Amino acid sequence: MQLSESWDWEKGERVVTESLAPMPEHKWQEEIHVSPDGETAAAIVCIDDGEFGLRMNDTVHDNTFDKAWKPGFTPDGRFCALVQQDEEWTLAENGEPWDERYGFMWSPLFSSEGGAVATAVQQDMAYGMSVNGVAWDTLFENANGFALSDNGKRTAAVVQTRSIGQADLISFREGVFTVAVDGEAWESTFMNAWDPVFSPYAHRVAAQVRLSLYDYTVAVDGTPWPIHFQCTWEPCFHPNSSAVVAPVRQGGKWGIAEDGNMLWKPVFFNCWHLQYAPDGSRLYAIVAPEYGKFTVAQDERAWNVLAPVVTELTVSPDGSRAAALGNHDNKAWHVMVDGKVWHGRYDMAWKPVFSADSRSVGCRVSSNGKYAVVVNDNTVGGEFDKAWDPAFSPDGSKVLIRGMRNNALLRIVADVPR
Amino acid sequence: MNAFYNFATGPLAWAAFAVFIGGSVYRIWSMIQLAKQKEAAFISYMSLPHALRSIVRWLIPFGTLGWKENPSITLATFLFHICLFVLLIFTPAHEVLWSYAFGFTFPVIPEVLADTLTLVVIGACCFFVHRRLTNIQVRYVTTGKDWLALGIATAPFITGFLASQQFADGQIMTLLHVLCGEAMLVAIPFTRLSHALFQPLTRAYIASEFGAVRHVQDW
Amino acid sequence: MSILDRKIEDPELKRATEGLSADRIEQVINSVLQGEAGARLKAYAETCMRCGMCAPACHYCVSHDMDPSYSPVGKVEQTMGLILRKHGRLTPDEVYGMAQLAYTECNLCRRCVHYCPIGIDTGYIISTVRRICHKLGVTPLYIQDTAHSHSATMNQMWVKEDEWVDSLQWQEDEARDEFPGLRIPLDVEGADIFYSVIAPEPKFRTQLIYQAAAIMKHVGADWTMPSTPGWDNSDMCMFTGDFEMMGRLKRSHFEAAQKLKVRRIVMGECGHAFRSVYDVGNRWLGWKNHPIPIVHSVEYFWELFNEGKIKLTGKYEEPVTIHDPCNIIRGRGLMDKLREVTHHLCSEVIEMSPTREHNYCCAAGGGVINCGPPFKGVRLEGNRIKADQLRATGVKTVVAPCHNCHGGLEDIIHHYQLGIQTKFLGDLIYELMEKPELE
Repeated sequence: MQLSESWDWEKGERVVTESLAPMPEHKWQEEIHVSPDGETAAAIVCIDDGEFGLRMNDTVHDNTFDKAWKPGFTPDGRFCALVQQDEEWTLAENGEPWDERYGFMWSPLFSSEGGAVATAVQQDMAYGMSVNGVAWDTLFENANGFALSDNGKRTAAVVQTRSIGQADLISFREGVFTVAVDGEAWESTFMNAWDPVFSPYAHRVAAQVRLSLYDYTVAVDGTPWPIHFQCTWEPCFHPNSSAVVAPVRQGGKWGIAEDGNMLWKPVFFNCWHLQYAPDGSRLYAIVAPEYGKFTVAQDERAWNVLAPVVTELTVSPDGSRAAALGNHDNKAWHVMVDGKVWHGRYDMAWKPVFSADSRSVGCRVSSNGKYAVVVNDNTVGGEFDKAWDPAFSPDGSKVLIRGMRNNALLRIVADVPR
Repeated sequence: MNAFYNFATGPLAWAAFAVFIGGSVYRIWSMIQLAKQKEAAFISYMSLPHALRSIVRWLIPFGTLGWKENPSITLATFLFHICLFVLLIFTPAHEVLWSYAFGFTFPVIPEVLADTLTLVVIGACCFFVHRRLTNIQVRYVTTGKDWLALGIATAPFITGFLASQQFADGQIMTLLHVLCGEAMLVAIPFTRLSHALFQPLTRAYIASEFGAVRHVQDW
Repeated sequence: MSILDRKIEDPELKRATEGLSADRIEQVINSVLQGEAGARLKAYAETCMRCGMCAPACHYCVSHDMDPSYSPVGKVEQTMGLILRKHGRLTPDEVYGMAQLAYTECNLCRRCVHYCPIGIDTGYIISTVRRICHKLGVTPLYIQDTAHSHSATMNQMWVKEDEWVDSLQWQEDEARDEFPGLRIPLDVEGADIFYSVIAPEPKFRTQLIYQAAAIMKHVGADWTMPSTPGWDNSDMCMFTGDFEMMGRLKRSHFEAAQKLKVRRIVMGECGHAFRSVYDVGNRWLGWKNHPIPIVHSVEYFWELFNEGKIKLTGKYEEPVTIHDPCNIIRGRGLMDKLREVTHHLCSEVIEMSPTREHNYCCAAGGGVINCGPPFKGVRLEGNRIKADQLRATGVKTVVAPCHNCHGGLEDIIHHYQLGIQTKFLGDLIYELMEKPELE
């Protein structure tokens, strides 16, 4: 079931909150965040010196905190922020802090359905992760590269297994880094490990590792590929086979290796942000076929539209389509879908969003300080002082626009332009 | 003797030019290929306006920091190169060969001026030799290749001057002069004298990086 | 008169060269030359006329009474020249010397470009030598540790992720006493400015973050700092020759900014980081230009003054001189903007001679200061000319908008007993700007 099925999809424009302007009794109000369903706007507010509250629509929760930061909504619509009380940190959900407290907390991660909230934690100078407030049994000398599986069941991070002294190059070379999954470190350690990623059902974990200053490869569940490369970027699991792919650098150019063997020839000036079609039938990546010119490649074939910068590759739910953003001269962001460029040029654009039926693409854009939402190359809902990513109805026929005009939060449901 | 002179100024000269032109084209072409193959990124920054701006600037005596702070070598370098080109083209005896080979005529400089300029070049070369031997900066990095290049570049002028003065048997000197000139032509693509080919490229590259990317002068 | 006559003991150079065989050296050197070097090196090696005109360009050479082994061409001769002459078959001792020279006797400042009629980029040649040294595993101890920190934490000083955020929140708290309502906004999506710094700021010089926040508050900037890795714009891997790691660092920095959808990156007053972000690291990643507009603090302050956004209570009365950091002057042409900003702030500016794009380097840049205590003397003796330059101005304050320059100049000032204080532009702006009147 999609989360969006329970949302209000009745067509029309609705004012959710009349005014999101800072309340006069507050010293200041921080950035506004809006829930995925567009029904709640929330922000951290400063009530007094060293006293912060969480505002949701017109109400400020009674609980106050010494500090609060990193506000955001879970996919299922809970407003989370990291908060400090009495020198200890925790996470507040809809204003209610968790019972568990830590020395520090950061990097909140949400599972795709929103059920699980993971964070990085530091307790007594030991580092690891927590899930819904519960920390790993084992904490480490240091941790970074935090990951939460899509299903919210498992967490992983790069960890430092033991302390090393200042300028201790020897220990570093011997390898003090590895990946810990749910707090349990892989047996093998490496000079470096980066960016652990989970397989679709979170049974397996892959990460980039550096075996010596010069040898990069991918380790899957702790075992590195036997072949090494000049460099790698983050790996990606095939959705329904055991294969792992990763961009690798050979002879000064980039290609893609699958389980250590070359899958895409190393002919690119760069190749990264791999993404499989959900059924595994296609593999997409952002590539640079020429120096300084990027595009999207599908199964080794690059699109013809090139741009100096390409970001935010998004693959449609059925895997047959892809969208990305291009940028010329750092001032003309544009949307590229299936190798074609949309008409608009913007100061900024956000990650494209596909409808569940894969037929429509929507994208939040901004120019001259104003925001808009573009769906299938048409602006929908007009101009806003601020807007958030569009969302499509489960059947793909309607689009939800969340925007703010004159401090009012608007929720617009419109037909998808074809 | 005459036959050999005719050979030296005829087929051998054509051969020398062929090697010079062919060799130069090949060297430049292969350098550009190498750059394309291994440094494609860096070629993409080439900017003609910035390259020309810098090349012109470096053609002005004392127009750059390097020239200003090294006045004696600057003077010698400019005199050497300017006289070299003037003599190569406008010496009466050369004009005869140019017009014989290509069928057009142009004004020439008087013999006396040609001789004076030749002495200036020889003087510059003597300065180069002296500097290589006595300046510790230069001596520290001087190699056989540098002496070879200097020798090849000096020889045509010494022999040319002696030939114009009818020294010993003037004809032999003239022949030697022709051979030295041809040796220099042939050497340009394959010795340090190749700076004549590559300097515009290296200058253009750094000028582009400085001018177009870093927005600063390279002089 | 050779690097081998002045070897300095560095535990890592010693350890690393002891384990090298001639075969290994030859194989590594040639693999770099064949695999990575190309037309530039070939053209430079062939066309350098050995004219020695570059000798007076180099502060090391000038400061050592024109010792030819310190001239740019002399240094190339002892490193790349040696490699090419011996076809890569160097002894471990020669590798030691080559590494010491490349890492500590050249700041990659590119002043010599202004002296070479051919246009030879000695900095590039020495960088290639450093690349070879990295591939041989022969790098000075302290800078290598920094490179390790970069690889493990994406910052230069082993700063852990909580320490970073905590430092910012601490500075925010402190600054709120002086500037009510001040924020250091973390991870604000869509902000105009992504402000990035180098790791020594949260580690040792938190005052600079405080000042930056104060200035941002003063001018009402829409700005943010990332809570995630990528906040550090510094890059010692560029200087050790670990270009793969350089690429990873720059990706982390740029993508942190891209993720936050900011309009541009404003960098703190650092020179080497600017070089890395502006036209080195981006190239390794295939971006012809930096993928997000990059503005150095000097340029940002210049904009703020031009827009009339900075209100000063007065000017700095004492005469000052300006030190031009290589990486933003020869690297970006900010000399005029630096002067305009300094004149906005100071009543009297006495120029050094030479100045602007012809200024001498601080001798700390190019990773030299990061090679640590064993090589401090190399910097001090190798930059007597800077002391002379500073002394000749007669001022007691030098403005230097670069961290490495600060470190380098402070050591020189102390060593040569010049009694001069160094200032960032941010120091002066913070000192002189109008501040809220507190109850």
